[in-house]
Amino acid sequence: MAKFTLQVNGQSRTVDVASDTPLLWVLRDSLELVGTKFGCGIGLCGACTVHLNGVPARACMTPVSTVGRMKVTTIEGLAPAAGKLHPVQQAWSELDVAQCGYCQPGQIMTAAALLKDNPNPSDTDINDAMTGNICRCATYLRIRAGVQRAAEIAAGKTEAVT
Amino acid sequence: MHTASVNRRSFLKLTGLAGGGFLLGIYIKPGAIAEAAETAAATGDFAPNVFVRISPTGVVTIISKQPEMGQGVKTSLPMIIAEQLEVPWDEITIEQADFHAKYGGQSAGGSNSTPGNYDNFHLLGATVRTMLVEAAAQTWGVPATECRAEKATVIHSSGKKLTYGQLVAKASTLPVPAKEQVKLKPASEFKLLGRRIAQVDTRKIVTGQPLFGSDLKLPGMLYAVYEKCPAFGGKAIDANLDQIKRLPGVKDAFIIAGSGKVKELNSGVAIIADSTWSAFSARKQLKVTWDEGKVVEESWDGFVAKARADAAKPGATVLRADGDAEGALKTAAKSIEAEYLYPFISHANLEPQTTAAHWREGIMEIWSPAQIPNSAVQMVTRVLGVPPEKIILHLTRAGGGFGRRISADYLVEAAAIAQKVGSPVKLVWTREDDLKHDHFRPGGLHFLKGGVDAQGKIVAWKNHFFTFGEGGSPGSGGSLNKDELPGRMIPNFRSEQTMFATGWPMGPWRAPGSCVFGWVFNSFVDELAHAAGRDALKVHLELLGDQKILATSGQGGREYNLERFRNVVNFTVEKSGWGTKKYPKGSGIGLGYYFSHRGYFAQVAEVSVSKEGQLKVDRVVCGYDIGAQIVNLSGAENQIEGSIVDGLGALMTQEIDIVRGRVVQSNFNDYPLLRIADAPTKIECHQLKTVFPTTGLGEPALPPIAGAVCNAIFAATGKRVRRMPLSRTDLSWS
Repeated sequence: MAKFTLQVNGQSRTVDVASDTPLLWVLRDSLELVGTKFGCGIGLCGACTVHLNGVPARACMTPVSTVGRMKVTTIEGLAPAAGKLHPVQQAWSELDVAQCGYCQPGQIMTAAALLKDNPNPSDTDINDAMTGNICRCATYLRIRAGVQRAAEIAAGKTEAVT
Repeated sequence: MHTASVNRRSFLKLTGLAGGGFLLGIYIKPGAIAEAAETAAATGDFAPNVFVRISPTGVVTIISKQPEMGQGVKTSLPMIIAEQLEVPWDEITIEQADFHAKYGGQSAGGSNSTPGNYDNFHLLGATVRTMLVEAAAQTWGVPATECRAEKATVIHSSGKKLTYGQLVAKASTLPVPAKEQVKLKPASEFKLLGRRIAQVDTRKIVTGQPLFGSDLKLPGMLYAVYEKCPAFGGKAIDANLDQIKRLPGVKDAFIIAGSGKVKELNSGVAIIADSTWSAFSARKQLKVTWDEGKVVEESWDGFVAKARADAAKPGATVLRADGDAEGALKTAAKSIEAEYLYPFISHANLEPQTTAAHWREGIMEIWSPAQIPNSAVQMVTRVLGVPPEKIILHLTRAGGGFGRRISADYLVEAAAIAQKVGSPVKLVWTREDDLKHDHFRPGGLHFLKGGVDAQGKIVAWKNHFFTFGEGGSPGSGGSLNKDELPGRMIPNFRSEQTMFATGWPMGPWRAPGSCVFGWVFNSFVDELAHAAGRDALKVHLELLGDQKILATSGQGGREYNLERFRNVVNFTVEKSGWGTKKYPKGSGIGLGYYFSHRGYFAQVAEVSVSKEGQLKVDRVVCGYDIGAQIVNLSGAENQIEGSIVDGLGALMTQEIDIVRGRVVQSNFNDYPLLRIADAPTKIECHQLKTVFPTTGLGEPALPPIAGAVCNAIFAATGKRVRRMPLSRTDLSWS
């Protein structure tokens, strides 16, 4: 066991865990941030996607000892302020993207990172960026539409689509 | 967050009050009403039944009884109550029910939640509304007929108004009216049903709030992993438990003998630890001696070889024999033969199986994403000896169902572990556990022969179907019924079935049977059409004939309304623009259609296949007849789109291989699921509205897609796909 002080969603959090513990389980078991999900444990499904210094990363493959001072952002910390939603979260709500919803935090984290780099992605860009995130309920068409809608919201088009 | 806050005394008392098995009766059942009244008495709420509660401040709460696993039922069924109750949707609070007999059946499966509750929920909402109107009428001393309900308010013709909250005290004193005294709001006045409504838990989903079984954390909770024998049904003989118990974070480790049934409580080794990772880490050091049993003599390849060797022999069971199939094949103008094969596949819910349980003072309290809670509780009683009245089952949101959580093996595992631990404990399966110990969709082989006459009409059809069973009968979806399509449509028809008995666990996978039988049926009819040199669409429609009803033989099959079937095919073909476009080589169009789970579905797929053999599904047009009324259009179309892409995924990528009684695949590296780039570019959903009762959408959109896509692939490339997954067939062309 060892102590690690992490910067999670803008807060400093100290945990006492085995140094090989994946960030995923630190978030879920120690910090009770359970929005980041366990799907495969080998980085192939994307359900555990978080941002490390703004870059998408697989929390299930990131030992806590390697996180250091990097800023960890989870789905719980994606929104710009309490009570508000990130454009991707807003788009996902408007379009009712989710079915079971289990993969969606990971989808949203990947989509948010995509839009930061590419504010106006084509469907091909979306397919390329989102390919690491499995949705077993197969909501992929709504995910594509959700990313497009989030791009609109981020660009200031806030009128809800119906 | 769920908490262990159930008041045990009141739970036991209520269990004694409420009987089981009533459905419609629930609304007038004295016990259930008394119970609702008892709960309401403490708060001053108006609660004329166990599903609706209105507080004096006007807060309307609807209890959602069905398990939610992504099918949207926690939104759709309460919408029906809200529609009749006349309360704006945004003002309603929805609560997930625990499992309890007072709700009168909470099984979610078979696309039954909507048809099984639709009429009752209309009546339920209307009953409460009728009581509130009556309460207002009595308060004002006017006839109820002069009053109407709107936006949680009762309004008199004079303009007087009372809110539902203001009427709670009076309404609570009124008797619940009989069904005959309740006037249902007609569909023409619906304001909510048929609209697009986002799931009630959307905010929690997109912000990552605790919602799923795996998110549960109870005070003092420990974490468990459970190692089972790699070979199905094997028994743990010995393990290095002393060494495991000394590892960091490990609280306990022990062997569970199991119930001896592969779909119940399997034998294995439990490791209990203070965190998930401690449990996972300790498990890497675990060494177990197994008794693998005779299942090691069974491999998929061996069964396939045997099926091929026996294909020409008579089947073990003759399911149907109309006319003289063998004779007609000999005299047919043209006849063809084909083998269709599909493998075992896994459900692969993205949330691996999980359940939390706490055993204390003879009470087993469970938190689980169970789909069929009633049978789960029965299994706990049967296997662990806990009487049903001592079991409390909380239903958590499930990270995907697809039929997997109809089984309760993971739930009984957690309960068995909890019995030995004492503390609250959460069982976490890994992806590897999930893939290796699923209750799989059985694979199968169909040896088909078909013949057409001189006019190109299908006159003969013979199928020798090889399937798999465990425990003496075919696995779920592994049995052709006597009436399976195209039975009853062809004069000389014979279907035979031979089952291989195995020790392999099988279970229902979305649209059991139909999910593969539809593909075989749609594909082989298409083959016969091409063999006859005829337009495939004409042959498909000719098969559907001109009768109105195709009666069931009463032996497992269903009656088909052929008129609905033909209408939905014609409707879909028209919506797709069939026949209006020319496709260059490498592109093509195909039709699939099927009837399952009470829904009539047709799909037209447009595909392109690169010269290298890469498939892209460009467009799917889906026409559907599920009766008169869509409940939630957003949820409905999400289910249809998801079913189509799910069916496409099963067709394209999924395959479980079983060697020496164990699964070869282990994770998404060797069991790939369909990813976003392979999802169709476009899916169009078109409802064909009919006068028939509203039915469910969890499954019936899936069966036609594989046939539609494979028929389109043939049109594009001349290559016939007769084996799933598609990755087994070289689609390259020049």
